Amino acid sequence: MTLTANLGSRLTDAIGTHNVVSAPEELAANAVDGIVPQVIVCPTSAEQVVEVVRFALAEKLAVQAFGSRSKCEIGMPPGACDILLDMTHLRQVAHYDAGDLTLSVDAGLPLRELAGFLEQHGQFLPLAVPCFESTTAGGAVVSGIDSALRQQYGSVRDFLIGAEFVDGTGQLCRSGGRVVKNVTGYDLHKMLIGSLGTLGVVTRVNFRTFPLPAACGACLAGFADPHGALAFRAAVELRALPLADLEIFSPAASEILCAILDRTHASISNWIPRGIWSVYASYEGNQPVVTRTGEELQRSANENGARACSMLPKSTDEPIGGMLREAYEWLRWASPATVLHRIALPQLTAAVLEELLRITDTLRLRSCLLIRAAGVVYFSVFADSDNELSWNALADAAGPVREFAAANRGHSTILHAPLAVKKRVASSRMALPDEPLQQRLKQAFDPANLFAPGRIVGGI
Amino acid sequence: MNPQRLPLSPAIIHEMKRLLGVSNVLEKSEDLILYEYDGSVEKGRPDLVVFPHTTAEVSQIVRTASRHQIPIVGRGAGTGLSGGALARSGGLMIVFARMNKILEIDIPNRRAVVQPGVVNLDITRAVEHAGLYFAPDPSSQKSCTIGGNVAENAGGPHTLAYGVTSNHIAALEIVLPDGEVARIGSVQGDPTGYDLCGLFVGSEGTLALVTEITVKLSRTAEAVKTLLGVFESIDDACEAVVEITARGITPAACEMVDGWTLQVIEDYIHAGFPRDSGAVLLLEVEGLREAVEDQAAAIDDVCRKCRAREVRLAKDNRERDLLWKGRKNAFGAMGRLAPSNYVLDGVIPRSKLPVALRRIREIGKQYGFQIGNIFHAGDGNLHPLVLYDPRDQRQFEQAIAAAENILRMCLELGGALTGEHGVGMEKNELMPLLFSDADFALMRRVHDAYNPDSSLNPGKVFPLSKGCGEIRIKKADGSGVMV
Repeated sequence: MTLTANLGSRLTDAIGTHNVVSAPEELAANAVDGIVPQVIVCPTSAEQVVEVVRFALAEKLAVQAFGSRSKCEIGMPPGACDILLDMTHLRQVAHYDAGDLTLSVDAGLPLRELAGFLEQHGQFLPLAVPCFESTTAGGAVVSGIDSALRQQYGSVRDFLIGAEFVDGTGQLCRSGGRVVKNVTGYDLHKMLIGSLGTLGVVTRVNFRTFPLPAACGACLAGFADPHGALAFRAAVELRALPLADLEIFSPAASEILCAILDRTHASISNWIPRGIWSVYASYEGNQPVVTRTGEELQRSANENGARACSMLPKSTDEPIGGMLREAYEWLRWASPATVLHRIALPQLTAAVLEELLRITDTLRLRSCLLIRAAGVVYFSVFADSDNELSWNALADAAGPVREFAAANRGHSTILHAPLAVKKRVASSRMALPDEPLQQRLKQAFDPANLFAPGRIVGGI
Repeated sequence: MNPQRLPLSPAIIHEMKRLLGVSNVLEKSEDLILYEYDGSVEKGRPDLVVFPHTTAEVSQIVRTASRHQIPIVGRGAGTGLSGGALARSGGLMIVFARMNKILEIDIPNRRAVVQPGVVNLDITRAVEHAGLYFAPDPSSQKSCTIGGNVAENAGGPHTLAYGVTSNHIAALEIVLPDGEVARIGSVQGDPTGYDLCGLFVGSEGTLALVTEITVKLSRTAEAVKTLLGVFESIDDACEAVVEITARGITPAACEMVDGWTLQVIEDYIHAGFPRDSGAVLLLEVEGLREAVEDQAAAIDDVCRKCRAREVRLAKDNRERDLLWKGRKNAFGAMGRLAPSNYVLDGVIPRSKLPVALRRIREIGKQYGFQIGNIFHAGDGNLHPLVLYDPRDQRQFEQAIAAAENILRMCLELGGALTGEHGVGMEKNELMPLLFSDADFALMRRVHDAYNPDSSLNPGKVFPLSKGCGEIRIKKADGSGVMV
């Protein structure tokens, strides 16, 4: 990408807006993985996004869109970042059909604001992602970050029904629609999920919404080892109980969680078992379903040798469930330097988890585990200082983690790492199994490679 | 690739026989005619039909066809309703019926790995002993194949609660137009990078051929209740569906059959549907016993408030199976009334159901057809059924015109052209009603990224004739028809 003189004023001319930021201190404060953008543009319409992308195309400039910036660190360092697009000024509910349970919103609308809007109609969007207070609808989709409610409602691909976005040729494109069932044309909107901004700039997203449950409950059980925790999880899944959230976390993760809760919600941490493996389950339905599910969980926990099992009152569940939803946040800031791996495994056993923990034991690094629905493992590796020695140690652990995932028919990605570690990992060039096919998709969406080049592992 | 039709050279036929054996190649006209049709009103005869048994054979077939620039179309059981499995440009048809093995079943992780020719229902039969099943349940599930389901992103009555095929596929093995074999997706379900499975499922055989499928299995619900709401009028039944949706009641299935169609079904299947009603709703609720009781009571309440004259609960599995048999064999029953029928597949927002059904009646009157309605009301997926005689050219043209009007109406109401049958060669010319030139340009680039010569399933999905701008619907607010 070429450096361009007077970019700010030329962009102002091009899109006819004063929402262009080129003050050096603001640009420096918004650096992406160390790369300071040349300009920040705050479009107020999809048409302005089109203009910016066309400008970037003509000038051969790299574009990165962002919302609340809460998940901008996911992915590899971009190869270039000339124009930052601040999407938070696009924040309208464009269409809502409460009777059809469908919704279309601008990409910059914060999820918290959307939740408040839907609540008035007795509905919600099961997109319980970390940084919930600030995350935008578009950011939640593009980051591909896991929703804590995935056990019950699936991932965002299960309820994203359409999208509007600007592609790499500067055209405003649409895919999907606003109905809950639709197979017309290619499902291009699904490609945007987890694309980290590399395929286009998302301007609007359409969702299927869901009725708020009549009642809900939660329980927290403790087990001496991962074997007990996984056996409990398997037992409750077998009973097809209506679990909204199901999380297993290691003793080290409990310690971090308790330390945070002690700062924010005084006595709440007493509910969390210490020094053992914990399983948190939340569930929902009508009152008889909630009552029965609670009883069955309690029984199943006892049958699987739980050391402790507590039914959480609502006042306790809200902070604990909320903190578990935010795991991405606290797992990455729990030490001076942390690498947060996301490992997806088709089969989870105690032996597999122990093998994973041995990787860091061998390298004398601390680590902790949190297991989400659908075999998603958050594996946080900690270093006690933020210096080159630590970065090297953390980078050294990344290879074995990746190999561990592959050996177990899964795969791993890095959600967070110090920049130096990211650079080392990126340079080690972890090829995706279907990388040539992914490259072709990128080329089709973004032929000039404008959007966030290099953010996806493998240089895409 | 130029879709012009050229006769296949004897050398290619010989090469296919050498590769697959004589019994796996069909070349005679009387054999090929069987593959000229699927469940749609379209037709297109292949020049050669081959039956591979392995992925390696598929790859070899594709390499050979590619070398000779022969168009290729994949086909499962040929039950599709949009012409997706027809050889529009002639050429080579790869029928996957003999790649029909279930390769692996992983009960603890609820996965199965199957070949594309496995019949949909056979997956459920193979795992039901463990309390599992494969959720997508097209009406043709006793004969349609999983490969066809993947290509078309097939649905079914229970996709209301559980989603269409795409929601139940974890990974695919594919063969690209140059014969390369690749794997996309992941067994666990979350791929790294782009969700290519999400693109290839539903791409109607225009990007690659699918040779192995890892499906997600669902757990059988603890309790099921099936209800039949009997209404004096279609309007009342529509109102009940709107109210069920708006109240946040989430049935696993919510099907509507209008009174005229009911009589036809009853004459044929004797499912126990009332012959004298205006419409019925066939509803199913699933889950824990306590949830099912509650939801069934709520549905009963809504139906009665919407003037249902009766709400009947299936008293046992036999009665439940009979009701579903009536629903799933309805299109077969129609065969008794006319030489042919045209099943449409439009989608509308559920809140617009009453107006949509009224408009369908009006369009029927306008064109002189009795249009039956038997459809997935719970997700707004309409299946208007136009009976006609294909030997009468004028009637055929009128049927097509009526169908186009109905689909235009769906789009005007904010809906879509197809909910589960696919675009194929049935609706490709209508695609510009929904998509802009920019949308097509991107879809075309994606198509060309994997199928650059259009050798796979040419003439499908994309419009061949009119320019996009010529027939696009403009909404009153000028916003176009979607997002």
